[in-house]
Amino acid sequence: MQIRSMHFKGRASAAAADRVLQGKLATAKGLFVDGRRRAVAEIDLEATREASQAIRNRAVAHLDLWLERFEQEATRRGGQVLWARDGAEICRLVTDIARRHGVKKAIKSKSMLSEEAGLNAALEAAGVQPVETDLGEYILQINDNEPPSHIIAPVIHKTKEEVADLFARVHQKPRKTEIGEMTREAREMLRTHFLSADMGISGGNFLVAETGSVALVTNEGNGRMVTTLPRVHVVITGVEKVVPTLEDLATLMRILPRSATGQSISNYFSVLTGVKRPEDTDGPEHLYFILVDNGRVDLLGSDFQDMLRCIRCAACMNHCPVYQTIGGHAYGWVYPGPMGSVLTPLFVGIENALDLPHAATMCNQCGVVCPVKIPLPDLMRKLREQQVERRLRPWGERAALKLWAWLARHPSLYAFAAKFGVRYLNWLAEGGDRIRVMGVAPSWTAGRDFPTPEGRTFRELYKTRRNE
Amino acid sequence: MRVGLFVTCLVDLMRPRIGFAALRLLEAAGCEVVVPTSQTCCGQPAYNAGDRRGARLLAEKLIVEFEGCDHVVAPSGSCAGMIRAHYPNLFSDDPAWCERAAALGTRTHELSDFLTTVVKLDKAPGDFIGTVTYHDVCSGLRELGVKAQPRALLAKMPGVRLVEMEGAEECCGFGGTFAVKFGDISARLAEKKCENVRTSGADAVVLGDLGCMLNIEGKLRRMGDEKTRVLHIAEILVGGAERGS
Ligand code: SF4
Repeated sequence: MQIRSMHFKGRASAAAADRVLQGKLATAKGLFVDGRRRAVAEIDLEATREASQAIRNRAVAHLDLWLERFEQEATRRGGQVLWARDGAEICRLVTDIARRHGVKKAIKSKSMLSEEAGLNAALEAAGVQPVETDLGEYILQINDNEPPSHIIAPVIHKTKEEVADLFARVHQKPRKTEIGEMTREAREMLRTHFLSADMGISGGNFLVAETGSVALVTNEGNGRMVTTLPRVHVVITGVEKVVPTLEDLATLMRILPRSATGQSISNYFSVLTGVKRPEDTDGPEHLYFILVDNGRVDLLGSDFQDMLRCIRCAACMNHCPVYQTIGGHAYGWVYPGPMGSVLTPLFVGIENALDLPHAATMCNQCGVVCPVKIPLPDLMRKLREQQVERRLRPWGERAALKLWAWLARHPSLYAFAAKFGVRYLNWLAEGGDRIRVMGVAPSWTAGRDFPTPEGRTFRELYKTRRNE
Repeated sequence: MRVGLFVTCLVDLMRPRIGFAALRLLEAAGCEVVVPTSQTCCGQPAYNAGDRRGARLLAEKLIVEFEGCDHVVAPSGSCAGMIRAHYPNLFSDDPAWCERAAALGTRTHELSDFLTTVVKLDKAPGDFIGTVTYHDVCSGLRELGVKAQPRALLAKMPGVRLVEMEGAEECCGFGGTFAVKFGDISARLAEKKCENVRTSGADAVVLGDLGCMLNIEGKLRRMGDEKTRVLHIAEILVGGAERGS
C-alpha cells in the first residue's frame, strides 16, 4: 500500500472539520466501546489480560523456536511454509503459487498483510483476478480499491447511503437501502466468485505451533468459503502471530472478540489444520503459509518488542479520542489509531511518518483497554525520542524546547521570564479575561480562547506574602 | 508531617490562587508545608517531546529540591503522575538516581488523593453552593487512580451537588504540546467535552489539572458559554471560587 503518512497533518485537519465523518465514527464508537464494556464484564478482565500478555510474551521471546515447531507441524500435515522478508516477496511468492497451480481467480478474506504488500495490484498484474469477499473489503475493492480506514471494520467511514449508491452503480441493479437486502445482493455477486475461484487467500489471527494450525476469527462466513472451497489455500500472516499451544489460543480467544467487537465469541471461529485428507469432505488440496517479516523481526530485542504482542483487536483505535475524531485514512497507511502510530513508523521508517507518534494526547485510554497490555503511549514517546536523537524534529521546535528547558534549570532567570511572559499575555488580553488571537500559538486560538493569567506569578505573590 | 508543595509551572504562571488554595488545604489538614522557591517544572513537556536528556536534568533538580520532604503534593494529576510513574523510567540506566526517583515517586501525590488517602481531611473549609460536574483528567485517572478521591471530598461539602456528565473519563484534548501541534483536533475534542459539560446542567466543571482547565475554559468561552465556571478542585474546596478572589 502506498505510504501517505507524511501528509498526516493536512488530512487530519480536514477530517477534524468533517462532521459527517464524525457522526459515523460516533456510531461505531457506541457500538465498539459499549459492546466491549459489556463483554469484558463477563470475564475476569485483569486476570485474562495478564494471562494473554504472558502468552504473547512467551511466544515472542522464543519466536524462532515456535516458528520452527510450527513449520514442522504444518509440514507434517501437508502444508508448505514459506518465508517472506517484505511486501515484494509476498507478492512474488503468491504469484508464483498462482502460476504453479494455473490460478485465474483468487478469492480473499481479510488480510492486513496483503494490504501491507499491495498484493491485489500484483495479482492483477500477473493475470489473476483478486476478489475481496469480506463485505467491507469488497465494498472498498469495487470502489476503485479505496484503502481501509479501520483494521477490523474497513468501511467504518462510509454510510449505508454511500454504499447503496455504490452498489447501484457497480452492480447495475435497482438501488436498495435495507441492509439485509444490500448484503443479499453482495452475497449473490460474490457467490459466483466463490464457486469459480481456484485459490483462496486469507490472513490468520493466530498460528498454533503445536498443531501447525491457523486460527481465523470472522463474522461473515466468507472466511470458511475462502479457506475450504478452492483447491489452493494461501495463508499470509506476520511471523509474530504464532502461539505455542491450543490452550494458549483458547485463552486469547476469551479476550480477542470481546476486545474487538464486544462479542463473547465471533460468529465464526475456525482452526484450520493441514490439507484435505481422503476422508475429509472439504478442504484445500494445497496449503501454503507465507510467514512475513516486513519489519517485525527487527523489533525483537528492541525498545519496541512489546508491540509484537499485538493481536490486532482494534480496541486501541476504537477507544482513541483522536481516531474517533479523524478516522483512519489520515494515518496514511495500513494501520491507524494508536497501534498504527507505533507500527507505521517502525515498518515504513520513522522519517516517513513523523507526525504519527505525536498525534496523541497521551491520555492512555488505548493502554488501559489493550488486551495484551501494550504500553502504547510509552512506545509513542520512545519514537519521539528517536526523532529527537536523529534530529528529525523541526528547527523551531528544537530551539524552543532547548530554551525553555535551559530556563527551567535556572530558577532566577526562569522567574524573570515567567514574570515577563505573564505581563505579555495580560497585555494581549487588553484587560479582558481571555485572549482571542495569540501570535505565539495561533493554532490554540484558532479554535478556542486562551484564558488570561491572573496577573502575577505564584512565586511573586508567595514572596510578598511571606515578607508581609 | 513535612509536605512539599509542588506548585507546577502552569499554576505559577496562570492561576496562583490554585497554588494558594492548595497551600491552605494542606495547612488545614495540619501539614507543615514547604514551598521550595527554586522549583520550576517537572520536565513533562521535554519528556513528552522526546527530549529525555532535558527531562532528566529537570527531574534531578526536582528530586534534590523535594527529597527532604515526607511527601510531595501537586495540584495536578499529570505532574504528580510524571514524578510518580515516569521519573524512575527516566533513570533506568542509573541505579542510584533510579532509586532516589522511585523513593520520591512513592511519596508524591495528586492533591485530592493526598487529602483523602494520606491526611484523611474530614472537612473542607469552603462553602461553595451549586451543582458541579467532575472531569477526570487522564493522567490523574489512568496513572494515579484518581477517581473516587475528589468525589469523596466534594461529598463532604453540604452545598455541593455532583452530577456526572457523559464521558467524564474521556480526554478533553489538551495533551500538552498536542494542543498546539494539532490545534484543530484538540479544539474538536475540547468541544465534545464542553458539550458534555453543558448537557450535565452543572454550574461548574471541576477538575484537577490546569492545562485541561485552560483548554475547557477557552473552548466554553469561544462557544459563547459565559456562565459555566471552570474550577480547580482546590478552589472549590477552599470556597474562593470567584474570579480574582
Ligand atoms: S495494540 Fe492492543 S488494543 Fe491495539 S490492536 Fe493491538 S492488541 Fe488490540
